[in-house]
Amino acid sequence: MSEIVISVRNLTKKFGRFTAVDNISFDVEKGEIFGFLGANGAGKTTAMRMLCGLSFPTSGNGSVAGFDVMTEAEEIKCHIGYMSQRFSLYNDLTIWENMMLFAGIYGMSKKESEQRALWLLDRLQFMSEKDTMVGSLPLGWKQKLSFVIATIHKPEVIFLDEPTGGVDPITRRQFWELIYEEAAAGTTIFVTTHYMDEAEYCSRVSIMVDGKIEALDTPQALKKQFGVVSMDEVFRTLARRAKRGD
Amino acid sequence: MKQNFGSFVKKESLHILRDTRTMLVVMLIPVVLMVLFGFAISTEVNNIPVAVVAPNRTDGVEKAVDRLAHNEYFSFKGYISATEIDEQLRTGKVSAVVVFDADFDKKLAQQQAGVPITPAIQLIVDASNVNTANSSVAYMQGILLGTASQQAMFETRMLFNPQMKSAYNFVPGIMGFIFILVCAMMTSVSIVREKEVGTMEVLLVSPVRPVKIIFAKMIPYFGISFVVLVVMLVLARFLLDVPMSGGVWGILAVSILYLLLALSLGLLVSTIAQTQLVALLVSAVVMMMPIMMLSGMMFPIENLPDFFKVVSHIIPARWYNDAIRKMMIQGVSIVDVWHDVVILVGMTVLLITVSLKKFNDKLE
Repeated sequence: MSEIVISVRNLTKKFGRFTAVDNISFDVEKGEIFGFLGANGAGKTTAMRMLCGLSFPTSGNGSVAGFDVMTEAEEIKCHIGYMSQRFSLYNDLTIWENMMLFAGIYGMSKKESEQRALWLLDRLQFMSEKDTMVGSLPLGWKQKLSFVIATIHKPEVIFLDEPTGGVDPITRRQFWELIYEEAAAGTTIFVTTHYMDEAEYCSRVSIMVDGKIEALDTPQALKKQFGVVSMDEVFRTLARRAKRGD
Repeated sequence: MKQNFGSFVKKESLHILRDTRTMLVVMLIPVVLMVLFGFAISTEVNNIPVAVVAPNRTDGVEKAVDRLAHNEYFSFKGYISATEIDEQLRTGKVSAVVVFDADFDKKLAQQQAGVPITPAIQLIVDASNVNTANSSVAYMQGILLGTASQQAMFETRMLFNPQMKSAYNFVPGIMGFIFILVCAMMTSVSIVREKEVGTMEVLLVSPVRPVKIIFAKMIPYFGISFVVLVVMLVLARFLLDVPMSGGVWGILAVSILYLLLALSLGLLVSTIAQTQLVALLVSAVVMMMPIMMLSGMMFPIENLPDFFKVVSHIIPARWYNDAIRKMMIQGVSIVDVWHDVVILVGMTVLLITVSLKKFNDKLE
């Protein structure tokens, strides 16, 4: 039995009379790539925000990296990395300045930050672009950069919110290689995506429909369970049950 | 966690310094406004073209006209006949005509002897511009009466600004205006920009407290505003000769208080606005217009309609203008404008509290 990094029990979030996340439970193990799927409006983002300590659950409980989402949101924030679908580095700062900023935000010392940043740049083979303004980089590069910057403080869990939106297939491929490397090093990856081929890359996948988790297993097992050949079909079968609109 | 605050301030400063265009605008606007209002735009009336009708060019008449001609407010356009008055005014060749009575000297002598008399001078003024007309009548009466009679019942002395320089009036107004522009508008746009671009999300997921994000943003803007403040004071003192007899420290202290107020106003706008455009519009329309109209910068508060007089109480610039004007021109110290200061402090505290509360609520 390996170590459980994210544990969620009966997590619920209501906005007034609307139940965005309805009583969900699951566990994510260390080093897993956990795919969190669902149509728009299914409640993915709300669930993820609760896990990141951005919003408090209405009821239920959960823990991330050993900290309680109800009471230790600030602790959680120190131990997770986050990358959103919207490009979230500063265009008017250089790659290096962006790295130093985020290292500083997580309270890393100057020496530690520099070592880590150099190592990451080397890994991306971006060393020559160290002092390039981020704004002048192509989108694919920016996304890869966002990812490594999200790992700059060596978080235990990385939350990726549709990280590959609008990126070409080759870059997506490279991006997923980075994710694999990171997971192999023991980091847990929690990723939402709209691309069903990406769902195939995940260790396990959960599919949310109308605020509930309707399916949760490895991609192989899910395909077998629904008797289809691709994750795309699994997803469409489930998404058709949705009653909520966008 | 000290380090993360430092990296934030550094980041904000880099944003500002790299945006050269905005920097240039922020630094140039105050200078341009100061020079413009100080020299070009003025409410003073200068070089009013005046013609004179005098049936008899007696000694008394010549003396009076001489004084008029030598005054910088008027330019003497020569003697005309009574029949030309209408045409001259209508064509705009002159803006005022002084008509002397045929027996002006005699009446002058009578009047000096204390005999009650009928008017000896008639002023015909083009009143299509009311302000110019009013001022020129006032000036002319002063100039002509000075000689034409000893009947000056009261003597007027203009204290604090004897030359009636309009720059004295505009400098505090422009300062009150500029700091709202720099602090409120720029901070709110910068915070909203992060919301719009998506970087705010990443910052909120980080362990940095939201309050720190906000304060880190305020510091560099405060820095810039302070530079602008110093530039404006130097310009006001040495270019426009505004006296500042009340002492620079008091002026600085009240201005810093006002800067903080403007920053918190910007914070409040940023909690309301979702896009940079809205932030810009709110700052420009909702804040700038009232400041121009109701702070006493353009129009004296005493002249406002009752409704706006009441509204003007909630305009921070009104109190700032009042305090700065007194300290710069009247030469009083900060102690004498205590009630303006108290109101400004109150407003600042209120704005900071409300906007921090709103900012935190938004995160939930």
